[in-house]
Amino acid sequence: MKEKDVYTELSSIRNLMERSSKFISLSGLAGVLAGVYALAGVGLGYWLIKTTSGSNQSYDYMNEPLIFWQLFMIALAVLVFSVVTACGLTLRNAKNKSESVWNPVSRRMLTATGVPLLTGGLFILIMLMKGEYDYIAAACLIFYGLALFAGSHYTFVDIKWLGVCQILLGLLALILPDYGLILWAAGFGVLHIIYGSMMHFKYER
Amino acid sequence: MKVSLDEFDKAFENRIRLQIMSVLSANSNYDFNSLKELLHVTDGNLASHLKALEKEEYISIFKSFIGRKPNTQYSATEKGKSAFKKHLQVLENLIRQQK
Repeated sequence: MKEKDVYTELSSIRNLMERSSKFISLSGLAGVLAGVYALAGVGLGYWLIKTTSGSNQSYDYMNEPLIFWQLFMIALAVLVFSVVTACGLTLRNAKNKSESVWNPVSRRMLTATGVPLLTGGLFILIMLMKGEYDYIAAACLIFYGLALFAGSHYTFVDIKWLGVCQILLGLLALILPDYGLILWAAGFGVLHIIYGSMMHFKYER
Repeated sequence: MKVSLDEFDKAFENRIRLQIMSVLSANSNYDFNSLKELLHVTDGNLASHLKALEKEEYISIFKSFIGRKPNTQYSATEKGKSAFKKHLQVLENLIRQQK
């Protein structure tokens, strides 16, 4: 056996171990776009509140059913657009790498992220129904961060740190509920754009 | 440069068998169809190599059904894991010797 053969053998083993246990078709670009949608959503929501409440600082916009539903629909649209973009770009990425997207690793990753995400989603819906709006931004960030952290085991390690940052922002939003929207924009908008472009340049070029 | 192959595990002489062990040592378990897709091999080819590894007691098999479809999961045994580790060690030593 030649030395070169041993090298190729070892690197192919390494590559296979990594490919079989990590889901590497995640798209950084999807993260960037999700961040852009989030910032657009926050901007739109902010504009909506500003135009309805005018200069009246103490105006309680959450008690207006119309505003409430408009804000809710904006949030939902951001979520749907982000998920669709992420799925689409991940599928394209997997196709380029001729990998399947539905494999044991992606299934494990979805289960790991699914539990915190679903719990968080229901938690937030219950809070909305009870009319508790102060901590929704914090809950979004914390549960999303936990989901990322749990799923990071099955994909790029960068995701773990993104998760930790989201959790920290979420806890901060819990301490300072008045800055909830800004912290939410920082987490879902700015952090997504930073991490997305980092991953794009690191893994997709 | 030729090196003695005495230390190599005969079970890992075949490339696909070594690849199967790589996957099973990185994952707690893996199913037949996913292995087939990952390694780009045919059913018969994969089955025969899996059988060979099973005979060595390097892997264990767990059969079940999902609906009506059979679902066969494979996982590495302790014996298989240590044999795989040893094999990697031999490869690494080989490189070190030649430096």
